Amino acid sequence: MAEQNSQSDTSDDGTDAHKITARNVNVFYDDKQAIDDVSIDVDMENVTAFIGPSGCGKSTFLRTINRMNDTIPSARVEGEIKLDGKDIYDPSMDVVQLRARVGMVFQKPNPFPKSIYDNIAYGPNIHGLAANKAELDIIVERSLQRAGLWNEVKDRLSDSGTALSGGQQQRLCIARAIAVDPEVILMDEPCSALDPIATAKIEELIHELRGKYAIIIVTHNMQQAARVSQRTAFFHLGNLVEFGVTSDIFTNPQKTRTQDYITGRYG
Amino acid sequence: MTNSGNKHTLSAFDEEMDKIRSLISEMGSRAESAVEGAMKALLTNDMKLAKKIRHEDKIIDKLEKEVERIIVQTIALRAPMADDLRELIAAIKISAVIERIGDYSKNIAKRVGHLKTEDFLSDNNALQRMGEIAGEMVSTAMESYAKRDIDLAIAVTRRDDDVDQLYKELFVDFVGFIAKHPEAAQEVAHLLFISKNLERIGDHSTTCAGMIYFTETGENLPDD
Ligand SMILES: Nc1ncnc2c1ncn2[C@@H]1O[C@H](COP(=O)(O)OP(=O)(O)O)[C@@H](O)[C@H]1O
Ligand SMILES: [Mg+2]
Repeated sequence: MAEQNSQSDTSDDGTDAHKITARNVNVFYDDKQAIDDVSIDVDMENVTAFIGPSGCGKSTFLRTINRMNDTIPSARVEGEIKLDGKDIYDPSMDVVQLRARVGMVFQKPNPFPKSIYDNIAYGPNIHGLAANKAELDIIVERSLQRAGLWNEVKDRLSDSGTALSGGQQQRLCIARAIAVDPEVILMDEPCSALDPIATAKIEELIHELRGKYAIIIVTHNMQQAARVSQRTAFFHLGNLVEFGVTSDIFTNPQKTRTQDYITGRYG
Repeated sequence: MTNSGNKHTLSAFDEEMDKIRSLISEMGSRAESAVEGAMKALLTNDMKLAKKIRHEDKIIDKLEKEVERIIVQTIALRAPMADDLRELIAAIKISAVIERIGDYSKNIAKRVGHLKTEDFLSDNNALQRMGEIAGEMVSTAMESYAKRDIDLAIAVTRRDDDVDQLYKELFVDFVGFIAKHPEAAQEVAHLLFISKNLERIGDHSTTCAGMIYFTETGENLPDD
């Protein structure tokens, strides 16, 4: 099995250049350690799912990848995280730029209380991605297209983003992340507030976005991890217990703790 | 990764798995005595026992349908993963295979009474021997299933070669016998079918062992 893992690891892309490499990452909130010596590689070709019981550190680790933990005063990050081989914690790293390159979608859809159009246009505007209104229109349309929302909102772009349904709001947030042309999209339980149909639409969207962006999704729904990802990382008490090909993790995990969790034998 | 032995948070899931295991064990022990009984009926020309084996086959068929129904329901309702998933997939296959072993035993039992060449039979150690090994393979496979013991599963597959070898030898013997005693052709044809049935029982026991190995390890049995 280990052999098969490493085989499919390389055969998918034929290269070993990873989009994100994390090495020996520790995260503390004051004295409390939330992430313990985690190393992981994430690539463009595969959707990576983070699973594990509540409080195991999935969100904390996810936030290290776009330095969102910087906004939490008690949080302290140790170790090394590289994006395209560049240390994102290097003092020369522009954090605003980094967060455009590494977009994030949260559990609760959080559109700005502005029009649908402005929700998407906001990022490209502040990053100066459009020279004029026509270019901005193109970015807005393309982002909404990619997020699978265009047909539903094209006739009401000036309506408020908050007037959309929950599932549409979440796709709006994904469109907003896409609008600044990111390389990585982090999703923290993006479907947990959505009904099954809206969830299926997000999952289908993730499937379509695969390969265009490196995607990491945190989910407490194991079936969802199995459906949308090709790589799965199981976290437990701040440790990365097991990381591998999703189909292997769900049919033949190598660690007892992983197996107990995914088969519902956890505590 | 074998089962940690920890219980599921949902106790009804454990109950379903236990039910499936006990039904399969019951099928297995019935198949085991069917193989044994069929051979005994044959060697002693016991028509009553033969009839009992034919009836046993019907019970095994029913049990298989019941196991299948519970497995489909469990897969649908529990969305099993990892060792649970492997065990359920294996259970479908194992129960199907045991059902076949029941069929073959019935098939052997059906031929009781059509054989008058008792001398030939009782002289024929190889056929008896084959029946014994096939019966042992079934019982070892079921012991392996009950104990989740992969060493026993491997032991089953080792014996399959013995059965195959005996079958080849018997085949030559039978064909030779028919050449010398063409008047006995029909009866010997029965014996030939019986040996073929035993050979198939050996194959099915091996399949069963392979599925037990798969359940426990997530991998296929190495072909030596
Ligand atoms: N802002 C914070 N301040 C202090 N502790 C936190 C903070 N965020 C998370 N934690 C703690 O860190 C651990 C990991 O939390 P989190 O990353 O949210 O886990 P998960 O996303 O897997 O549920 C938990 O023990 C949690 O209580
Ligand atoms: Mg979280």
